[in-house]
Amino acid sequence: MSEPRKAIALISGGLDSMLAAKVIMEQGVHVEGINFFTGFCVEGHTHAIRSKDRQRPKRNNALWVAEQLGIRLHIVDVIEEYKDVLLNPKHGYGQNMNPCLDCKGFMVRKAHEWIREHGFDFIITGEVVGQRPMSQRKDTMPVVARESGAGDLLLRPLCAKHLPPTLPEREGWVDRDKLYDFSGRTRKPQMALAEQFGFRDWATPAGGCCFLTDKAYSDKLVDMWQHRASRDYDLDDIMLLKVGRHLRPRPHFKLIIARDEGEGKFLEGYRKQFTSLKTVSHGGPLVLIDGEVNDDDIELAARIAARYGQGRSAPQVALEVTPPGGEPRRLEVEPLHPNDIDPAWHV
Amino acid sequence: MSETRELDARRLLCPLPVIRTQDAVEQMQPGQRLRLIATDPGVKNDIPAWCRINGHSVESIEEQGDEILITITVGET
Ligand code: SF4
Repeated sequence: MSEPRKAIALISGGLDSMLAAKVIMEQGVHVEGINFFTGFCVEGHTHAIRSKDRQRPKRNNALWVAEQLGIRLHIVDVIEEYKDVLLNPKHGYGQNMNPCLDCKGFMVRKAHEWIREHGFDFIITGEVVGQRPMSQRKDTMPVVARESGAGDLLLRPLCAKHLPPTLPEREGWVDRDKLYDFSGRTRKPQMALAEQFGFRDWATPAGGCCFLTDKAYSDKLVDMWQHRASRDYDLDDIMLLKVGRHLRPRPHFKLIIARDEGEGKFLEGYRKQFTSLKTVSHGGPLVLIDGEVNDDDIELAARIAARYGQGRSAPQVALEVTPPGGEPRRLEVEPLHPNDIDPAWHV
Repeated sequence: MSETRELDARRLLCPLPVIRTQDAVEQMQPGQRLRLIATDPGVKNDIPAWCRINGHSVESIEEQGDEILITITVGET
């Protein structure tokens, strides 16, 4: 008996990639999963930070999918390489800062490199023609195959019948007749197939698989770039944009205000990198200052911070101001009146 | 007794502790042990799930204040 053919399946944690992998496993192909961590993935993160989400059982959906399928999962850190995809997308952005078409091409290219290194035969994705406005259109599906370099080693089992036969189909590694012809935005065929496979309780991320499709997040990202010398970022930046209330009272600095205890704890970890403010006469959130600030800026920041604490109506509030990694000093300020907080400061 | 490797994944948010664990285990031999220290409570679910699908075993999960210590034994692959 010859060895079964081997395929790597891009697993996002959602239903489509789970179905695609299962369809190919049913054909006797050995399937393993691969999941790319760009830093923007919706997985866990903020859920782990915010107090209100801490009680909820939390799982990594890609791992959960792999376990349901009974396959191995390789999670690959692509944070560094992904920067170029996000900063210079050849095909531009979607509705927000999501470079979906370049992103798909990048992930398939990484998967293609992986199969060459690991002796696998082809790549599977859960893409469906016409499902997403940018990356999953009939005219853009070949773009992903071509620009990733994967060519006809890229098989989309859920919509294969709408596309030209790929190498795995032509060679008979998989039976094209047992692949599908899903298309468009309807989810009905996926639901039916899930039912047939006995899948339940899969994740349905609103909006997509990453924060870049989120308007509020994208706005914060653009704001950060507009006020920095360069459009660069690192992992801390990505994380901090997910946490707290962001207010920019002056172009050269912004405040990150913890919204609850969980966020406060998380921001504590950044006090070595940022000037921080904490009310001491009253309860109040931890506030970080991002930017170069002078004494006037610090006073304004302190008045805003006081506004978000329990002393908001008090005539004076005492705070501790701590420079990055330095000693705290005490400051007394009058909390800013709500009318003096310009709505435009909210990033 | 084989040595136990230590992995500090404090302040990293999931799935980074899983990725660091995966990369460490790749360099290790079956039977060796890895002790992970993390602060993201997600590891309590994610590390055991990752071990189950990859054939490694979780020996213990302890919580000390905000820190979570997980010891795993590398399985045959
Ligand atoms: S939603 Fe995010 S992860 Fe998904 S394809 Fe678009 S940019 Fe990539």
